[in-house]
Amino acid sequence: MSLYSHEISGGAAWSAPVRAGRTITLTALADGANCSALLLGADRVDRLNIPDTLKAQMSARIMAPMVLMSDRGLALASVTASSLDWHDCLGGFGHEAHLERFGPSTYGEDRNDWRRGARTGLVSELTKNGLDERDLHAPINFFSKVAISDDARASMTYVADHAQAGASVTLRTEQDVLVVFCTAPHPLDQGAYAPSPVRVVVDVASAVDQAVDASWTWRDESARALEMSRRVLA
Amino acid sequence: MTITEVTSATDLDLTVAAGAGALVRVPAGGRLRIVDLHGNQAADTLLFDAADVRNKYSAFDTIREQGAVFLTTGSRLLSTRLDELAVITGDTVGRHDTIGGACAQESNVVRYGEHTRHQHACRQTFLAYGAAAGIGPRELGHNINFFMNVPVSSDGDLHFDDGLSAPGKYVEMTASRDIWVLLSNCPQLNNPCNGWDPTPVQLLGWWS
Repeated sequence: MSLYSHEISGGAAWSAPVRAGRTITLTALADGANCSALLLGADRVDRLNIPDTLKAQMSARIMAPMVLMSDRGLALASVTASSLDWHDCLGGFGHEAHLERFGPSTYGEDRNDWRRGARTGLVSELTKNGLDERDLHAPINFFSKVAISDDARASMTYVADHAQAGASVTLRTEQDVLVVFCTAPHPLDQGAYAPSPVRVVVDVASAVDQAVDASWTWRDESARALEMSRRVLA
Repeated sequence: MTITEVTSATDLDLTVAAGAGALVRVPAGGRLRIVDLHGNQAADTLLFDAADVRNKYSAFDTIREQGAVFLTTGSRLLSTRLDELAVITGDTVGRHDTIGGACAQESNVVRYGEHTRHQHACRQTFLAYGAAAGIGPRELGHNINFFMNVPVSSDGDLHFDDGLSAPGKYVEMTASRDIWVLLSNCPQLNNPCNGWDPTPVQLLGWWS
């Protein structure tokens, strides 16, 4: 039995405090899913820093077994498993502007199927936690891929249907975190409006053996961020 | 050191020493030029709406909307509200990074080891110079690295390379509204982003 299981509807936002030493597994419940994710540290000031996460691990995408690092060089979570080898972290969160082609949408007209960009959902969840738009940071768009070309400008192209129903990714929390998720479409998704629901399951992580753990042994940089979290927060 | 172009400006002419910073208010329509005086010097830069610093530069909104990772002439520098804060209107380098972020003491420890913990880093400069405009850690976003070369590849890799810049090369932006430009002249000693030897940059401003 998992500690917690919840289905986030397509186009909806959700947040939760999750203690250190937990797994968070996201599962796409339909094809073409997107789940924009923010991650804040135990003090709610320190937060996910995508540029630092990328340059420390020489990657332009998020994949297992990378460590997700904060502004202050701490490990927030590790990507311990993923059925996809690429989760977008360059495309940012969607705005209402990206949904204008579907026409206006309001609660009055569409009830709970009204169309909103991920930014709106993410800020709403931040605000519930005493935070606001100042706390926005570059998100991970789980299940989405924006391909990079080897041309002079490093052109970006959205890859439709990167994720199929059943695709999953698992994070292991390395400190107490606040996770904020929104299942609104990826801003570069030019397809029909059909946001996929995503299941989130929280469970207790198994004990970590640093000598063999995939994230601890991924790169020296990954291990140093994990070690700093262990020292500071143990 | 050769300076290939000498320019004076009426509204701002400020040399920012290696490891120092600057906070400059640029009025709508004003042009701000950053000159890489000695070449290969990363100029870490953040922009804010001067009317509301919560409306901050967003690296990832910017690159998504232009459909390309590198910044150059014509790049619209957008905020987290998708407002246009400025446009790059001059660039003698060719491309600039905005996904590599700034250095911090703590990220230096992660990247290079504990011995770098007390080396000066951009994040302190941002916080020290930003305070006068009410810019604290929550307001800091992911910055532009003018003159820095961070190649990305189609197989999803990223690395830091020698800069493409050279003495006297510059980048110029035109403000689309009143903005704060917060600059850290990068003190990083542990990778080639400053040619292993941080040097001054010059800020030139024309406000009308």
